[in-house]
Amino acid sequence: MYVAVKGGEAAIRNAHRLLADRRRGDRSVPALTLEQIAGQLSLAVDRVMAEGSLYDTGLAALAVKQARGDMIEAIFLLRAYRTTLPRFGYTRPVDTAAMRVERRVSATYKDLPGGQLLGPTFDYTHRLLDPELAEDQDPAVPEARAADDEAMPRVSDILAHEGLIEEDGSLPEDREPGDITREPPEFPMQRDLRLQALSRGDEGFLLALGYSTQRGFGRNHPFAGEIRIGAVEVEIDVPELDFPVTLGRIRVTECQMVNQFKGSMKVPPQFTRGYGLVFGQSERKAMAMALCDRALRAAELGEDITAPAQDEEFVISHCDNVQATGFVEHLKLPHYVDFQAELGLVRQMRREYEERRRAGDEATTSREAAE
Amino acid sequence: MNAPSDTIAQYNFAYLDEQTKRMIRRAILKAIAIPGYQVPFASREMPMPYGWGTGGVQVTASIIGPDDVLKVIDQGADDTTNAVSIRAFFQKVAHVAVTTHTADATIVQTRHRIPEEPLKEGQVLVYQVPIPEPLRFLEPRETETRKMHALEEYGLMHVKLYEDIAQHGHIATTFAYPVKVEGRYVMDPSPTPKFDNPKMHMSRALQLFGAGREKRIYAVPPHTRVESLDFEDHPFEVQRFDEPCALCGGMDVYLDEVILDDQGGRMFVCSDTDHCEERRDAGHRGHLAGEDGPPSSISEGGTQ
Repeated sequence: MYVAVKGGEAAIRNAHRLLADRRRGDRSVPALTLEQIAGQLSLAVDRVMAEGSLYDTGLAALAVKQARGDMIEAIFLLRAYRTTLPRFGYTRPVDTAAMRVERRVSATYKDLPGGQLLGPTFDYTHRLLDPELAEDQDPAVPEARAADDEAMPRVSDILAHEGLIEEDGSLPEDREPGDITREPPEFPMQRDLRLQALSRGDEGFLLALGYSTQRGFGRNHPFAGEIRIGAVEVEIDVPELDFPVTLGRIRVTECQMVNQFKGSMKVPPQFTRGYGLVFGQSERKAMAMALCDRALRAAELGEDITAPAQDEEFVISHCDNVQATGFVEHLKLPHYVDFQAELGLVRQMRREYEERRRAGDEATTSREAAE
Repeated sequence: MNAPSDTIAQYNFAYLDEQTKRMIRRAILKAIAIPGYQVPFASREMPMPYGWGTGGVQVTASIIGPDDVLKVIDQGADDTTNAVSIRAFFQKVAHVAVTTHTADATIVQTRHRIPEEPLKEGQVLVYQVPIPEPLRFLEPRETETRKMHALEEYGLMHVKLYEDIAQHGHIATTFAYPVKVEGRYVMDPSPTPKFDNPKMHMSRALQLFGAGREKRIYAVPPHTRVESLDFEDHPFEVQRFDEPCALCGGMDVYLDEVILDDQGGRMFVCSDTDHCEERRDAGHRGHLAGEDGPPSSISEGGTQ
């Protein structure tokens, strides 16, 4: 009985001890090291960093280990740690055009400056289970290309020369970027805040919503203009210095969706964009985010809002998996006080229902007798 | 690793950093100044899940001091698992004294109940709130409900209550029963049974409500009018139980139904465990209490 009349404390203690044992698994098998998790389950670690919104592979690996591989639990662990950290400021916008690219593909051009670069992708692998992986065999050493300094401009910059695509846009000088972790959300939201929420939003939820736009629920005619994965420098302005200071390098995945737009009274026909930017290597998430971002711009672009993916309050309020899992799972907490109240009401209503029925029967009987 | 393990475990008094506490205290002050109004605040991730009391925990963490005495209840009981967990959290991060006695506590954090014993001046009752918006199930959009509150547009709520009466002969809301605070804001009292609503009215204690996931704080200052919504011909009524507590014999208290067997045997006992124990200590006995305290084994219910 989980609501022990006394002894809840001992029950909790014992449950956690059992959990630690189950997490460890068979003790004759060596324990996973954080290096193994960060190195060999790196996409899991990337997802935890992205949705935990904290870029730290070591802590994310620890979270994955502590959570027994439960991703949302790991994300929650990282978030709960992140929230205790002080906020020093915000960085300059990262320049993804200057990215040290490991992968870059465009679906809109056959070839483009900088070329197409497949990089470490699951694409075009045949999804056949590989029995060799069950053994500890070293794979072949990868081919390395000679470093070249050819610029790899973003597809949006290429299209921009003809004025065919909307520009990045700019914020007023005095506008500080918002921070969804420091201010309560308010609807309608500014796009910077919305992108933050999407970037840490649940991959599965955004994937399903993005998918729904492709199936006609808020269709926005997307092309994968460009997807690139690689390392970007993070720079911050320090008040005393007149040049930005580099804090370090992070790996990100960027997706620029290019979407049709018929134009409006104010704007000529041109391509619009949906944007996705995610920590680590997570193409699926970046693409889904870009689809959702574009769908959520419906109001801004004067499109009809007809589908769930276009509904800002619906999408943003429900995309956070730490919030969602907490509230769904809170249903397992005791609710017997409220249930008792409902029991009382249902009993009373059934009593009244029976009385009415009986009264009705009697009325019918007496009427028949009278006839 | 960027954060060595010896620095991970360094937390401020009551877990939250002082900046965060200041932000939350400001929200609390605003909430007290506008009774029943939901103040948005930048809720933090807490080391327990959203929906498990993070709002209440943040409010408590922001107002608690080293000299406070904390009581935590869930479903009226001090020993339900989540109450145990939250109490242990504050013992760990704030080293405060804890109690199960309502009268001894300076802060009572609660989920789903208000203690039977009337609260006194100087005490603070902190509610854990899942959905702070009383209009949420009538109108799912925050943009709309905020407007409705601003315009004092509560017709929808009255229509809902009226439809209940038309369909069922009663207002079919038994918990989280909406109240009007000081004649202005309609407020969700959190999912307490409506039995507890009258205790909120003109309470001598400060009542604070924290909704972490929904990022809202609201308050009822001491000596404030809290009226349950009703109609002249269908006045508000609280639940009544047909029998007293089986352990302490208490009447006019909220009871839990405890199933004793699969033959329909059941007993009714106080939901407020502290209240029940104090009554038994004072010599009150229910029909299923042994001579010397609670029964060790109950073989037959026979109530009802």
